[in-house]
Amino acid sequence: MSSQAPDTTRIHNIGYRSYDGPRHGRAYARRSLFSQSLRGAYGLGRSAKSKVLPMLLFAVMCAPALIIVAISVYTKADKLFMEYTQYAVYLQLVIAVFLASQAPQSVSRDLRFRTVPLYFSRPIERVDYVLAKYGAMASALFVLTATPLLIMWIGSMLAKMDFAEQAKLFGQGLVSVAILSVLFAGVGLVMAALTPRRGFGVAAVIAVLTISYGAVSTLQGISYATENTGSIVWLGLFSPLTLVIGLQNAFLGAPASFPGEMQVSAGVGAVYLLVVLGLMAASYGILMRRYRKVGL
Amino acid sequence: MYDPTVARLTYRALLGRRRAAILFLLPALLLVIAAAVRALNGADDQVAADLLGGFALATMVPLIGVIAGTGAIGPEIDDGSIVYLLSKPVKRTTIITTKLFVAIAVTMVFSAVPTLIAGFILNGNGQQVAVAYTVAALVASIAYSALFLLLGTVSRHAVVIGLVYALVWEALFGSLISGARTLSVQQWALALAEKVTGDGLVTSDVALPTATVLLVAVTLGATWFAGHKLRTLKLAGEE
Repeated sequence: MSSQAPDTTRIHNIGYRSYDGPRHGRAYARRSLFSQSLRGAYGLGRSAKSKVLPMLLFAVMCAPALIIVAISVYTKADKLFMEYTQYAVYLQLVIAVFLASQAPQSVSRDLRFRTVPLYFSRPIERVDYVLAKYGAMASALFVLTATPLLIMWIGSMLAKMDFAEQAKLFGQGLVSVAILSVLFAGVGLVMAALTPRRGFGVAAVIAVLTISYGAVSTLQGISYATENTGSIVWLGLFSPLTLVIGLQNAFLGAPASFPGEMQVSAGVGAVYLLVVLGLMAASYGILMRRYRKVGL
Repeated sequence: MYDPTVARLTYRALLGRRRAAILFLLPALLLVIAAAVRALNGADDQVAADLLGGFALATMVPLIGVIAGTGAIGPEIDDGSIVYLLSKPVKRTTIITTKLFVAIAVTMVFSAVPTLIAGFILNGNGQQVAVAYTVAALVASIAYSALFLLLGTVSRHAVVIGLVYALVWEALFGSLISGARTLSVQQWALALAEKVTGDGLVTSDVALPTATVLLVAVTLGATWFAGHKLRTLKLAGEE
């Protein structure tokens, strides 16, 4: 009967407690996302199988630097036989493959398995997510491209080359690969974020990087062959790598490496700089737009 | 050997929505470059051969082959939806051959047709350059599709491995070490193209009989092994 119910009803205290530990907040979450993404780019904290490819590419990236140092020390040369600024240009395929394999794993899986809303249930905002991912990818590329330069610089000191000159060249090389890293990371992340299927993301990144470079150098070669040399430096604006080549030629003391040794003047270099900064800002803007809807 | 439903699903997976964009992008770029070169330079047989050989056959055909070959089966294995296909009463070799036909068709349409058009834009098929490179693109499409379809069943990093083969092995090592050219789909296809034109503009480092035997062997072997892999497929979870 219902008349007995009020006597038997009770509320038990089963010991729920509210959290009273330290709350690390937004900056901590952003830092964690950054370091987790950076480690993830080299397979750290992931399965053994996913460490193979990035570590292999890192080794392939460093091997020529060791060879250059070995030969320079052995032959007692007074300078390294490859410029710091040219290293990344020669090994562009390794950088492209690294970016193509790691940019999709950084952003595509979050999108495909719809885990992005879980990130936003933490105290981070859209801008934190984008900045952390962008920063992590750029840092991963910087580690990949700057380590061989460091090896070469240490090697130049072992070979007793002129310290001041080598330090200056090394610094110019570092600035150049820093620009390259931020630019490439932006392009790679945008392509990966727009194509959530991993395989297509990989192909899209590599296509954008290598095809645009191949197309631009083909056109430059043809304009050189037809003595249409005025257009060579302007054609360089149309692919990420030639942008870096032109920029470092204009401002960072790199030798002219466009067909016909066309020198990029400071004025044209300023246009290059504007385009590079514009591309970086555009990548950031597109990523921000891309994640505007995903969280909801 | 051929299952229309599997073919329809594969076509949709390859050409659906945004994925087709990258397939259209490359041929469009080739045509733009061809038009630009013709406008800047006028018709020149050697330039036409260089552009078709260096850009169309060496870069575009392998890239489209990678996208179509691995895209025909890779994503399905990747996200595990292949089990719904495997649980149907369709022989697994039939699934592989059907997907191979689709991949070959897509690669041919998106690589050989633009090559032909670009050849006509560049020099109006002078000295049979356009036809020769179209034949090479058609032949290469078959071998690349079979090879990359196999990669799609073997590895989760099929696209990366395929790209490394196409860009590093064929383009880089092929230009540095002449021995690497014997083991290159591109050179086998060029051997056939050389036979078609019989002229000095298209040359291959591989003799025609060797090239034909290797092409057939690679295509059949890759298809058989892909079928074998699919019969014994283990589904791994997302890492």
